[in-house]
Amino acid sequence: MSNSLSNATSKHIDNSPVLYLDGVSVSFDGFKALNNLSLTIEKGEMRAIIGPNGAGKTTMMDVITGKTRPDEGIITFNTSANKGSQSTTDYDLTQYDEADVANLGVGRKFQKPSVIESLTIFENLEMSLKGGRSIWQSLFHKLSPEQKLKLDEILVLIDMAEKADDLAGNLSHGQKQWLEIGMLLGQEPELLLIDEPAAGMTDEETMKTAELFKTLAKTHSLMVVEHDMDFIDALNCKVTVLNEGSVLAEGTLQEVKANEDVIEKYLGR
Amino acid sequence: MKQTNTSSSNMKLGPLTTLLMNDKGGRRLLAVLAALAILVPLLNLFVPESSIFHVSTYTMTLLGKYLCYALLAVSVDLIWGYCGILSLGHGAFFALGGYAMGMYLMMQIGDRGVYGNPDLPDFMVFLNWQELPWYWLGFDNFSFAMVMVLLAPGILAFVFGALAFRSRVTGVYLSIITQALTYALMLAFFRNDMGFGGNNGLTDFKDILGFDLQADTTRAGLFFCSALALMIGYLISRFIVTSKLGRVLIAIRDSETRARFLGYRVEYFKLFVFVVSAMLAGVAGALYVPQVGIINPGEFAPLLSIEMIIWVAVGGRGTLFGAVIGAILVNYAKTYFTGAFAEIWLFMLGGLFVLTTLYLPKGIIGLWQQMADKLAAKKMSKLQVGDLAEGEKA
Ligand SMILES: Nc1ncnc2c1ncn2[C@@H]1O[C@H](COP(=O)(O)OP(=O)(O)OP(=O)(O)O)[C@@H](O)[C@H]1O
Ligand SMILES: [Mg+2]
Repeated sequence: MSNSLSNATSKHIDNSPVLYLDGVSVSFDGFKALNNLSLTIEKGEMRAIIGPNGAGKTTMMDVITGKTRPDEGIITFNTSANKGSQSTTDYDLTQYDEADVANLGVGRKFQKPSVIESLTIFENLEMSLKGGRSIWQSLFHKLSPEQKLKLDEILVLIDMAEKADDLAGNLSHGQKQWLEIGMLLGQEPELLLIDEPAAGMTDEETMKTAELFKTLAKTHSLMVVEHDMDFIDALNCKVTVLNEGSVLAEGTLQEVKANEDVIEKYLGR
Repeated sequence: MKQTNTSSSNMKLGPLTTLLMNDKGGRRLLAVLAALAILVPLLNLFVPESSIFHVSTYTMTLLGKYLCYALLAVSVDLIWGYCGILSLGHGAFFALGGYAMGMYLMMQIGDRGVYGNPDLPDFMVFLNWQELPWYWLGFDNFSFAMVMVLLAPGILAFVFGALAFRSRVTGVYLSIITQALTYALMLAFFRNDMGFGGNNGLTDFKDILGFDLQADTTRAGLFFCSALALMIGYLISRFIVTSKLGRVLIAIRDSETRARFLGYRVEYFKLFVFVVSAMLAGVAGALYVPQVGIINPGEFAPLLSIEMIIWVAVGGRGTLFGAVIGAILVNYAKTYFTGAFAEIWLFMLGGLFVLTTLYLPKGIIGLWQQMADKLAAKKMSKLQVGDLAEGEKA
C-alpha cells in the first residue's frame, strides 16, 4: 500500500547491518543502565525488544539517537549517503546530537506519546516532512504538490484523513501513538526506533498497529520495544531480551520463551 | 482537507491578506492603529485647543509611549507566547535601543549644552574627559545610530542566546540569568566611567534630524512613527508565527525534545526568534526615548522587565494582539493609579498578575473568546430547542 513511502532502502548490494552496537555501556551515578550491550540490526529487519522494567530498553534508544552519550562502546548506523545511491556510509552515532541523528535517517517514537498538542494533526505531520530544517526554509516554507500527496497518503494510512484539522491534544492516547508513527513516516527515516507503541491502545488498535509495522518492515528497518506478548507474537520477527543493560537471549519468540534465563529473570515474575 | 484548499487559494491573494487571514483581532488592531496614526496628529495639530476634539500634546505623547510599550510587549510575546522563552530581562534590549537613540540625540545638542562644548556631551565635560570615547564615534550620524538601535540589542541577544541555548539552559534557570543580565547592565550603566552619563543617563535633548523635540509637529511625527513601527512589528511577528517556523517554535514550546527528534536544531530557532525579538524591543526603546526626553539606567531595572511579562499575561499570551491590548490597558491603569494612589500601584500590579494566572490563564483575549463561544453555544442550543419543539408539533 505504501511503496512511495519507502526511501532508497529496498535494495542494497552492500550487506552491512543498518545498526551495529558493540560493548555499549552507560552509567547513571554508578548504576549501569547499559552494560556492555551488543546488538546488530540487519537492513530491512524488524526486531522486537522485550525485557523487564528498567532493563535499559529506553536508554538504548537514547544512546542511539544522541540523547545520552555512552561511556564506552561503538554505535554505527549504515546508510546510503544520498538518496538512491548504492554506496553506503557508516556513521558513528556517538558523534552526533539528536537533530543530526534524526536527519541522518533514524526516526524515534517515544514511550510517552509526544505530539505537539496545540497544533493540528495536519500541522504535526507537515512539520515532520523530510527536509526544510533550516531557519530560512522554515520561514518561507510552502507545501509542494508532492508533499501534499505524501501528507494525504500518511493521513489515510493512520486513519485520520477526516480529522486532519483537529487539535492533536484532543486525540486519545492510542490515536496520539498513531499520529506519532505518522510523523515518523513523514521524516522518511531508514531506521525506526519505536518505544512501546501499543501502550494505551485497544486490542483491535494493537493488532492494527502490528499489521502496519509489518507493512513498514517491507521498506524500513525497525526496532520495536513492547511488553505486550500478543503484539510481539503478531509481529512474528526475531526477538531480543534485554536484562540489566545487556542481552539476555535472542531468537524467535518461541525460543526465548523457552530459555531458562528468560523464564527466571523476566517471564517468571 | 480544508487546509489544502485554503493554502492553494492563498496564492492568489496579496501577502497582507494571507497574513491576516485568520486573525480577526489583528485586522481590527491594525485598522485602529492606522486610524490613530493619522487622526491623533491631525486632531493635535489642526483642531483648535478650545474644541473638544483637540488632542493635547501631553495626551499624544502619552499615547505614543503606550504604543512603544505595546511593541515591546509584542516582542516579549513572540518569544514567551510562541517559543516558551520566559525572558525576565527584556528591558535590557529596550534600554539599549533607547541608549543608541539617546546617544544620537546627545550628539545633536552640539554647543547648546550648559558647558557649550561643541564636541563633548555635558556629562563628559563635567568628568573632565578630553575627547569622545571610541564607542560614541559615529553617533552624530542618524543612519548609523538607527543601525545601532538594531545591532546593539541584536548582538547582545545573539551572544547571550548562543551561550544559553547551546548549553540548553531552559525554564526557570534561563529566566534567572536573563534577569541577572539586565541587573548587571543596570549596575554597569550607573557607573560614570562607563561613559553613558551615569545615573542621570542621557537627557536635555534638543532636536532630532533638525526638528525641535519640543515642537508639536515633531511630537506628532514621533507618534506617527510609533504607530507605524507597532504595525510593522506586528506584521513581522505575525509573518513569523504563521510560517512553518512559527509552528516549529510552538513545537519547541510544547515539547522541545520532540522538535529535536524531528531533526530541528532547537538552539538555532530559539536564537533566531530571540534576536528578532530583541531588535523589536530595541526599536520600541528608540522611539520611546525622544518622546519621554530621557534614558537612564532605571530602564534596565529588573522590575520593569517583570512588568512586561504582566502586560502580556494580562492581555493574553501567544496571541500577539493580546500583548498589545495588555500593554496599553495595564499602562493606562498605571498612569491613572500612580497619579491617584502611588503607594498601592505595585500591590495592584502584583494582584493583577496573581488574578490573571489563577483565573484568566489566557488573559483578556481568552476571556473574550470564552464569552463569545458561550454566546454562540447558547444561540445554537436555542435553535436546537426550537427545532425540537417544531418537530414535536409536526
Ligand atoms: N537519566 C537518567 N538518570 C538516572 N537514571 C536513569 C536515567 N535514565 C534511565 N535511568 C535508569 O536506568 C534504568 C534503565 O531505564 P530504562 O528507561 O532504559 O528502562 P526500560 O527498559 O525502558 O524500562 P520500561 O520498560 O519501564 O520502560 C532504570 O533503572 C532507570 O531508572
Ligand atoms: Mg522504557
